[in-house]
Parts: sequence; structure tokens; C-alpha cells
Amino acid sequence: MSEVLLKIEELNVNYGAIHAVKGININVNEGKIVTLIGANGAGKSSTLGAIIGLVRSKSGKIIYNGKELIHMRADAIVRSGIALAPEGRRIFPNLTVEENLRMGAYFRKDESGINKDLEWVLGLFPRLRERLKQMGGTLSGGEQQMLAISRALMSSPKILMLDEPSLGLAPLLVKEVFDVIKKIKQEGKTVLLVEQNAAVALAIADYGYVLETGKIVLEGNGKKLLESDDVRHAYLGVSV
Amino acid sequence: MSTSNLIQDLINGTLLGGLYALIAVGYTMVYGILRLINFAHGDILMMGVYFSFYFIAALTMPWWLGFIVGIVGAGVLGFMVERIAYRPLRSAPRISSLITAIGMSFFLESLAVVVFGGIPKSFNLYPTFFSKILIIGHTRIQVLTFFILAVTFLLMFVLIWLLYKTKIGIAMRAISVDIPTTSLMGANVDNIIGLTFIIGSMLAATSGIMWAMRYPQVQPYMGFVPGLKAFIAAVIGGIGSVPGALVGGFLLGMVEILIVGFFPNLAGYRDAFAYVILIVLLMFRPSGIFKVYSEQKV
Ligand SMILES: Nc1ncnc2c1ncn2[C@@H]1O[C@H](COP(=O)(O)OP(=O)(O)OP(=O)(O)O)[C@@H](O)[C@H]1O
Ligand SMILES: [Mg+2]
Repeated sequence: MSEVLLKIEELNVNYGAIHAVKGININVNEGKIVTLIGANGAGKSSTLGAIIGLVRSKSGKIIYNGKELIHMRADAIVRSGIALAPEGRRIFPNLTVEENLRMGAYFRKDESGINKDLEWVLGLFPRLRERLKQMGGTLSGGEQQMLAISRALMSSPKILMLDEPSLGLAPLLVKEVFDVIKKIKQEGKTVLLVEQNAAVALAIADYGYVLETGKIVLEGNGKKLLESDDVRHAYLGVSV
Repeated sequence: MSTSNLIQDLINGTLLGGLYALIAVGYTMVYGILRLINFAHGDILMMGVYFSFYFIAALTMPWWLGFIVGIVGAGVLGFMVERIAYRPLRSAPRISSLITAIGMSFFLESLAVVVFGGIPKSFNLYPTFFSKILIIGHTRIQVLTFFILAVTFLLMFVLIWLLYKTKIGIAMRAISVDIPTTSLMGANVDNIIGLTFIIGSMLAATSGIMWAMRYPQVQPYMGFVPGLKAFIAAVIGGIGSVPGALVGGFLLGMVEILIVGFFPNLAGYRDAFAYVILIVLLMFRPSGIFKVYSEQKV
């Protein structure tokens, strides 16, 4: 068994009267791909937001590497080794692809390490290399997703969090992106993958959680969830 | 109008436009990030001029050192205004920070009246060679004019280099479209915003000092008109865009001088031109000359 790198205990997130995350528990083991699947509005992005410090947690614990993250600033959390490729990609449209990537490494001082990681991500997504001098805003949706993932990797994170990377991508591109996510894991990174597309997420995940209106209703290894009737019915559109 | 007069006007237009442009940068950068019109910007300029005045006149610093210290002082003041007045309101409704900005403007002006006195003070603190007149062909140009133009273009060059070639500049452009995502880059957004206020305030104070050298006096309300014109220049250029603020500044200064040059009897309406240009431009191009990426909402 590998170590638990990120541990979420009884996490609650509220937006005014809306109780978006209701006391969830999640373990992310080092070197694994863990996925959090759920429908629209289930609370997936709120969970990632709470981990990264952009959304305030009401109560609970988020322990990373033995350290409590709640009440830490987002930028400090990122510097401590967690990166997020956010929902909607959030590319800087007014920066070139290369500037977007260098922003990902903003706080790093090891110039040679930065250049090495730049080569690495451009190897993962060769398409970005052709577009280095192009403005981020001119990229296609798929390219923007590749850039968002690469930009997150440029901080050299221990944990890479991805919020619906398959959203709006053609099936062929989804396959390309998910193949790369597997490669990222092989490089020793830990991945927390949020998806509505349960089939593709569970296919590459070591462990998965199913989130429904703020609660974890099911968890288990990827295969087990893929075969569970609930998941097949609710998320894969299979009638059982 | 004779050729030499035209050349003179073109030089004066460039000079005035450059002074507007330096002030406009601060408005546009702050607006780009915070969607806030910093009404106190012109008053920070005024404070910077007073700082230099007292450093030179009362503390007998050399003129150039007094200018530099005054400019740095304005930078510190701009930083403090953001830290004390605007930062606590960053997530409050925009109208709150807008009203706070107006209040800050009144506060600084009143403070200047109380501390420095309301009577204008002569700003003849620089060496006499600045007043020398060079005659080139039939055109008469003061050394001061060359000095102001040189400083203006040098600062613009440094600003563009900073914004487009340095890491912090890339971050300043990034934060102007998306604050939360900038923090996802591990960047401390408070520091970047603070630095933006420092840079904007220092540029405005530099412009203010050069303004005071040319119309040699300093008074508590001296920031108002240049500030207003520079704000209009920023809107004309496309508020949020730094190149837009520079172009808008030069355009406004040039048009102002040329209209007076060609129609001397309209000179009394000079300040109204700015509004006319603004209104006409906004009718045809509501977002100003330069396109600005608007903030992405979740
Ligand atoms: N800033 C906010 N203010 C108020 N309510 C919010 C906010 N963000 C999310 N919510 C609400 O919280 C709940 C969970 O939203 P969240 O974005 O976490 O879901 P999600 O699982 O990521 O959904 P999606 O798949 O659509 O991205 C929803 O009911 C949503 O409407
Ligand atoms: Mg979401």
C-alpha cells in the first residue's frame, strides 16, 4: 500500500444557504489516479476549490503531507505541491502559450528545472510546441485543455488535480488527453481527477468516489465501480 | 499657421500627450485588475510633487534627488492607499470601492490643504539651464521640453519592457484578466496588485513633477485636471489596456494642442475637447481603441 498523500475528512462547503459539500471523506494515495465522479452540481468543483484554497471550507480537515491546508492561501497551497487545471481551463487569453506555461512555474527559482519541465510537457503535448508564440485565446478547446494541464504541471506538483478535462472535447481528443494523464502518473505524479464522464475516468483510475448532491454515495477501485449497477445506471446510461 | 508654429505645436502636443499617457497608465492598470477607477490617482500625483518640493526646498536635497525621492514617496503612498483603503473592499460590491476612491481623493486633497497650505507654491527648483531656449531653424524649444520628452519616452520604454519581457510583467498581464487563476500559479496576488499601484503612482508622480516644472507651481488641486484628462485618455485607448493608455494620452494631448493651434479663438474651450473626443469615439467604438480581454466569470 502506498502512503495517503492527501486526506479529506468530514469536509463541508457552504455558499450561503447552499450546502454544496456535505461531510465527505476522501483519501488520495501517493502515485495513484483517484477520481471523483458525479453529475452536474454534485459538488466536485467545490471540493477541488476547497483543497486548493479558492473556496472557503466551513468545517472539516484537509491534510496534505501531514499539513492542514484549510485557512492556507491558494498560492501557498500551490507552492506546497498541489496544482489545479481548473474547470473551464482558464487559460490567460492575452498571454502566449509559452507565457502561460511560464506563469505555471511563476514561483519556481530553478531555471534549469523549469526548462526541463517545459521540454517534458511539450513532449507530452507536441501540439503546444507548434503554438508557443500564439496567444492563449486563439487556441482550440482541446489545445486549451492541453495547455491548462501543462501549465499546472509546470509548478512541478506532487498532486495534479484536473477538473473535467474531457469537457467539450471530441472523443479522439479525450483519448489523447487521458493517455497523457496515464503517462503523468507513470512519471510518479499523483492525480486527483474530477469527471462527469465516468467511463473514461474509471478506466484509468486506481480508485474512485461517486459524489451525489454533496455526499459520497459509493467508493471503490475503478473496476469495481465500473461494474457496479448504480454507476452503470446513473453515469454510463446503461439500463440495468 | 506657419511651419515653425506647426512644428512647435507638434512638439507641445507630444509633450502634453506624454504627460497624460504616464498618468493614464496607472488608471488603466488598476482598472484592468480591480475594475476600480482610482479617483485618488491624481491626488497621489499631487502628493508626489509636494514631497519633491519639500525635499528640495526645505531639506535642500539636490533637485534630481528630490525628484526621485518624491517619486518613490508617491509609490509608497499609492501602495498604502491600496493596502488600507482598497484591499479590504476587494470582494465587496464595486460601488463600495468606487465611493472609497472618491473619499480617498477628497482626503488627500484636504490633507494637502491642511499640511501644505492652499496657496500655490512656485516650483522653480531646478537648474536654470532647463529654461534655456534652443533655436532650431525657426523653432524655439526649451531645454526643459527635451528633458520631459526624453524622460517620458524612456519611462514608456521601461514600462513596455517590464510588462512584456519580465516575469513580473507577465504576471501583471495575467492578473488583469483573471485574479483567482493567477493565484493558482502560486503567485501572491496581493504583492502583484501592490506593485501595480506602486508603478502607476510613480509614473503619475513623474508626470506631475514634469508638469510642475513646466507650469512652475504646485498646489493641492493640481492633480485634478491632469488626472481627469488622463482618465479620459485611458478610456479612449480602451481602459484596461496599457498600450491603449499610451496611445490615448498622446492622441488627447495632440488634439488639444492642435485645435488651439488651428483655431486660437477656441482656446477657452480647450478642456471641453477632451470630452468631445471621448463622446465621439465612444459612439463609434464603445470599448475604446484597443481590445481588452474581459474578466472571465465562473
Ligand atoms: N460561487 C457559488 N455560489 C453559490 N453557489 C454555488 C457556487 N459555486 C457552486 N455553487 C453551487 O454548489 C453546488 C455544487 O457546485 P459545484 O460547482 O461544486 O458542482 P460540480 O460537481 O462541479 O458541477 P459541474 O459538473 O456542473 O461542474 C451547486 O448547487 C452549485 O449551484
Ligand atoms: Mg464543476
